[in-house]
Amino acid sequence: MAMTMTQKILANHAGLDSVTAGQLVLVNLDRVLGNDITSPVAICEFEKMGVSNVFDKDKVTMVMDHFAPNKDIKAAEQCKMCRDFCTEKNVTHFYDVGQMGIEHALLPEKGLVCAGDVVIGADSHTCTYGALGAFSTGVGSTDMACGMATGKAWFKVPSAIKFILKGKLGKYVSGKDVILHIIGKIGVDGALYKSMEFTGEGLSSLSIYDRLTMSNMAIEAGAKNGIFEVDEQTLKYLDEHCSRKPVVYKADPDADYDESYEIDLSEIKSTVAFPHLPENTREIDKVGDIKIDQVVIGSCTNGFYKDIEEAAQILKGHKVAKYVRTIIIPATPAIYTKALENGLIRIFMDAGCVVSTPTCGPCLGGHMGILAKGERAVSTTNRNFVGRMGDVTSEVYLASPAVAAASAITGKITDPAEVMGK
Amino acid sequence: MKYTGNVIKYGDNVDTDVIIPARYLNTIDKKELASHCMEDIDKTFTSRVKAGDIIVAGNNFGCGSSREHAPIAIKESGISVVIAKSFARIFYRNSINIGLAIVECPEAAEEISESDEVEIDLDNGIISDKTTGKTYNTEPFPPFIQKIIENGGLVDSVKAGIIK
Repeated sequence: MAMTMTQKILANHAGLDSVTAGQLVLVNLDRVLGNDITSPVAICEFEKMGVSNVFDKDKVTMVMDHFAPNKDIKAAEQCKMCRDFCTEKNVTHFYDVGQMGIEHALLPEKGLVCAGDVVIGADSHTCTYGALGAFSTGVGSTDMACGMATGKAWFKVPSAIKFILKGKLGKYVSGKDVILHIIGKIGVDGALYKSMEFTGEGLSSLSIYDRLTMSNMAIEAGAKNGIFEVDEQTLKYLDEHCSRKPVVYKADPDADYDESYEIDLSEIKSTVAFPHLPENTREIDKVGDIKIDQVVIGSCTNGFYKDIEEAAQILKGHKVAKYVRTIIIPATPAIYTKALENGLIRIFMDAGCVVSTPTCGPCLGGHMGILAKGERAVSTTNRNFVGRMGDVTSEVYLASPAVAAASAITGKITDPAEVMGK
Repeated sequence: MKYTGNVIKYGDNVDTDVIIPARYLNTIDKKELASHCMEDIDKTFTSRVKAGDIIVAGNNFGCGSSREHAPIAIKESGISVVIAKSFARIFYRNSINIGLAIVECPEAAEEISESDEVEIDLDNGIISDKTTGKTYNTEPFPPFIQKIIENGGLVDSVKAGIIK
């Protein structure tokens, strides 16, 4: 029976020769992830199960990234609950302030995800690791608890949509624009319950970081996972970061896909998602005059070094517009350090930005950049739902780091090419 | 299992950020979560919801974040069942795992109106709108999922040795 990439990984982890879409399978997990918001609920459920220990202390991972550094007393209690649990269970990969980064940037960097893995995380953006050829998906806290106890999770085997990429991205266009373009095309439930599988000769022009951004937002199209075919770049990245041997699954040539889209990367323009859904996309030349109050550059979607560097290249030698609070959040300590060593932090400070410690903070309206009534932000994050970054009347416009940086300079949503004078 | 209640109706893409805004995720107290349920799209929800009431909504209900706090807040508010045209997949699993009854039925979700009295027979997959007299048939859950529900959710299924 012909299978997709996702189906092959699930079959392997279920101990089956083959699986078909719709089949329910119980699979073995290579990693179980949680953060400071979702883990406390999982820990309560775990305690109810009457299990004394986690299934594998090296395969459970907790990252204190959402409301950390602790935004208030309640958040401090939640982090403490996670810290106490991980200490008691001797969990190897517990990341607290100082070591922690935004979870989906941190795990690939630390080599905790490899091609061919099955990963569940109590965070919807766990789908990020599809960029590395893993099956990874977001679940809730009870699934996390069950995963921590048993090392297993149940799944309905998904059908898939294939995206065949060709061509090369233009200047100032990145993975963010590609995924926003795709979500604009198929809608926020366009891939509901399904896999998004990315393949084609265009892959070679997409860096691992462009791919991480794209897989990260598969959930914004409703998808179960978003996975890239493993190529030389993936293997090189894994070789540099992960000590385990990648297991590469390619889709069968006759695998069944519900739909197939051909995307010419060279035709994609900088794209912005208007409030209040990621599917409300417009190309940069059709955004009109949108004045902004805040810019956020960071998050699990676009807080990688490449993103921070792209923003710095645009902000270099400029000042951000008066009254535009520009918040830069390198996603991990390693990214922060590299940005410091390469002079990027100086560029941001000179431009009038602030540079924050890693945190999910503003993306979900937690802390570190909340919007007042009627305010507008351009953000490189992943969601622009009602009230996502603050007051219910505030607005979030999703964009690439290049567009966000250009917009910070002019104070309105701006094409980076315009600021760079070409 | 049968549920009867009055309908509170919403549209498409009701996301987990409006079901329970992230600013309240610094607690896992169920009552406190319920006290903020839906407040960013419906400030009247918490004051008008009665035990047993039923939410009826459009496509992609529960999209966005994986926060289990969302179905927990809905369940703790007293909502007995959510009927929708479709559910976002993480919300769907979370509801099953915590024992919030959910039913996918596009026709019922389209036709049932705000305040209608509705009865849901989960075992047989039948929705009856008592106000209009119309009934709707839905797909029952697959046996594996029925087993999880029969065991009272995922935690009890692990304890019962269904998942080991």
